[in-house]
Amino acid sequence: MKSTENVIEPAETRSVNPKIFTMWLFIVSIIMLFAAFTSAYLVRKAEGNWVEFEMPSLFSYSTGVLILSSIMMHYSLLAAKKDQFNALRMSISITFVLGLLFLVMQFYGWIQLVEMNVYFVGNPSGSFVYVLSGLHGLHLVSGLVVLIFALVAAFRLKINAKQLTQIKICATYWHFLDALWLYLFVFLLINN
Amino acid sequence: MSTATSHAEEVHTHDHSHDHEHEHHELNFWTKYVFSTDHKTIAKQYLISGILWAFIGGSFSIIFRLQLGFPDMQLDWLRPILGEWIDEGGKLDKEFYLALVTMHGTIMVFFVLTAGLSGTFSNFLIPLQIGARDMASGFINMLSYWFFFLSSMIMFASLFLETGPASGGWVIYPPLSALPQAMPGSGLGMTMWLTSMTFFIISSLMGGINYICTVINLRTRGMTFTKMPLTIWSFFFTAVLGLLSFPVLLSAALLLIFDRSFGTSFYLSEIYIQGQALPNMGGSPILYQHLFWFLGHPEVYIVLLPALGMTSEIIATNSRKPIFGYRAMIGSMMGITVLAFIVWAHHMFVTGMNPFLGSVFMFLTLIIAVPSAVKAFNYITTLWRGNLIFTPAMLFSIGLVSLFISGGVTGIILGNSALDINLHDTYFVVAHFHLVMGAASFFGLMAGVYHWFPKMFGRMMNKTLGYIHFWFTFVGVYMVFFPMHYIGIAGFPRRYYSFTAVGNDGAAAFTDMNAFISIAAIITFTAQAIFAWNFFYSIFKGKLAPQNPWNSNTLEWTAPINPEHGNWVGEIPAVYRWPYDYSKPGAEQDFIPQNVPFSATKSSNLPEEEAEIAKEKDIDGLLGAQNESYNR
Ligand code: HEM
Ligand SMILES: [Cu+2]
Repeated sequence: MKSTENVIEPAETRSVNPKIFTMWLFIVSIIMLFAAFTSAYLVRKAEGNWVEFEMPSLFSYSTGVLILSSIMMHYSLLAAKKDQFNALRMSISITFVLGLLFLVMQFYGWIQLVEMNVYFVGNPSGSFVYVLSGLHGLHLVSGLVVLIFALVAAFRLKINAKQLTQIKICATYWHFLDALWLYLFVFLLINN
Repeated sequence: MSTATSHAEEVHTHDHSHDHEHEHHELNFWTKYVFSTDHKTIAKQYLISGILWAFIGGSFSIIFRLQLGFPDMQLDWLRPILGEWIDEGGKLDKEFYLALVTMHGTIMVFFVLTAGLSGTFSNFLIPLQIGARDMASGFINMLSYWFFFLSSMIMFASLFLETGPASGGWVIYPPLSALPQAMPGSGLGMTMWLTSMTFFIISSLMGGINYICTVINLRTRGMTFTKMPLTIWSFFFTAVLGLLSFPVLLSAALLLIFDRSFGTSFYLSEIYIQGQALPNMGGSPILYQHLFWFLGHPEVYIVLLPALGMTSEIIATNSRKPIFGYRAMIGSMMGITVLAFIVWAHHMFVTGMNPFLGSVFMFLTLIIAVPSAVKAFNYITTLWRGNLIFTPAMLFSIGLVSLFISGGVTGIILGNSALDINLHDTYFVVAHFHLVMGAASFFGLMAGVYHWFPKMFGRMMNKTLGYIHFWFTFVGVYMVFFPMHYIGIAGFPRRYYSFTAVGNDGAAAFTDMNAFISIAAIITFTAQAIFAWNFFYSIFKGKLAPQNPWNSNTLEWTAPINPEHGNWVGEIPAVYRWPYDYSKPGAEQDFIPQNVPFSATKSSNLPEEEAEIAKEKDIDGLLGAQNESYNR
């Protein structure tokens, strides 16, 4: 596998690095997935028979946590560009922990929903909240996997000012997942 | 190819890349033929899987055609294959009939004409025609095939379930598909259908992302967008369509899975089954149709565009003429790609949607006829007064043009929201989409196989068998699908086991015609054995292929006859001109390959092309950067 990749897979000489470009295309497909869900939400809502309820308060806090993690992610990238390895390790670890924290908070947000008698099985207005937050969570798990690879690489000094591709991919994906949740949350706040 | 080797001065960096070439060639059987990352091997895997699926899917249609054409026939002789699906009376089981129709549609649309067509030719031709050593990511490409394989296996296994495979039509509308109680096929069969399709979507997305990324990033020096062959343009647009629409199908499928397995009510509302009310409240089955057709309509173009692209290439080559309206072709494909996303509701005219909305979608639908017609005219004008060379690939391409036109015309009729009230879900629709999508794309697939077989396997297919195969298929397809228009107009609905209540004694009046269609179908299907034999025999025993059997201009014919992983030995050729310099006045030969610089063809250059000579230095100057990108 290794030698094949060396020969076949081109490195960054072109205007866009193919790996980062691939990540963007992947992001486009995720955007379409959620665009479909949110359009489905609107179409379904327009048909009436729609139970309204408050968003769980934890979702607001978890949103804050996710934004914070994005800031830390950005800080990691800056640190990597300047070869500040300690700062890099520190901030990328914090990003990871905040990501985990976000997931835990989302889960407790679901528990709050259940306490409000909004269940996964029931009126679609509630089911949609579970589906949107759940699938976002699932994607965040994949984001954590990407992050853990970058984290390990950072601890092994494989990320530095000359080798930025990995952390760039990781940061792009992470910021995207952050923005995606912001979109979903605002969408739900407005339309619920 | 004298032209390919004429750049002796470029060979200096060649040794380096050559060494690399050899390192990874000590591959064992598994890495070479099975878990290969070579785009050419992956393409062949897709092709052979597609062919096998085509025979399975085709045989299903023969079985249900027997029922439709000869409703009284004794089918006991099928019992060794179908077992219990032939009931005691020697008749085809009614539920299994629906399963066959569903599986036929699913297999043909997704496994044969999406994976088998796009998967094969996008994989095979993109790197070879744009001048790349492989896809952007060989690994993701390999995963893409194996996800498809997994998806295939799950679908295949579902055929053997006691309750049968999914049976609600290839569009699997809820509530029929959402409730296991609704029909046997909505049980485990539907679960497996959804699982299989989920893997299929993942596979398509991985493939598509790779195609787009490769086309944008890995073109050889000089290969600007406006020098790309139309094949590449079509694969590119196909991949864009897939990237934007398959996730939507995934969302539709996921919500259906939640409804089926967890009891949510996205699509289900106030349903009684056998007198019992289900708990589901507040869902909307129409919502599913919107989501499905948002993929479903682009999907029909995902199936057709690659065929159109390959046909452009084959028709230009074998007419020995430049393609007529190169930019108009790109423009119309772009138009089709955009419009494909805003016409989906023409599949839903009779769902009770707002008639005003219906008119909007009718208007948008009819606009699609414009770029489609542009393409049809361009094919015809390319053929017009060309030096036609009737290779089997050329015949299949011309066949495609014919089918595309005769099927497209009925699209305009169906696109009328008032006429569609009468025609919706009848055999008229079946005739329409089989001609314009099924048969046309199938012809594109066949044209592609006949044309690029020498590049794939280094051998030629037998021409005579190719001609026989073509005529059987061409005449056969028309005999099968043309009469269906009349049956549809007479009011025969599709996906019905038997016709006991068609008005005006229609069933009796059309008995002969139905029998005729079935016989034609059997003949056409049987004729495909000629192809199968020709294909598999020629892989091993065919005549050895020359370097450039069709005197074609595109880059793949400059690669060795049996290219290794990495495609070109030494430098990848540069590109100086568009791919359609056929029969250029003043040229020595009637074709000038893309890698021949204008400075070498002074006698045939047009005035404005003299200016291109100055740019050749710039193009050659990119060599270092290009090598760099592979040798890091
Ligand atoms: C001039 C262009 C076209 C127009 C105006 C058009 C219009 C339509 C309309 C209105 C329907 C719905 C009929 C109904 O269910 O009552 C339909 C069905 C269909 N069309 Fe077309 N069409 C066009 C071209 C194409 C092309 C190029 C393809 C494939 C490559 C295609 C494939 C299909 C398929 C697969 C269906 C049936 C799907 C199903 O119900 O299972 N059409 N078309
Ligand atoms: Cu359509």
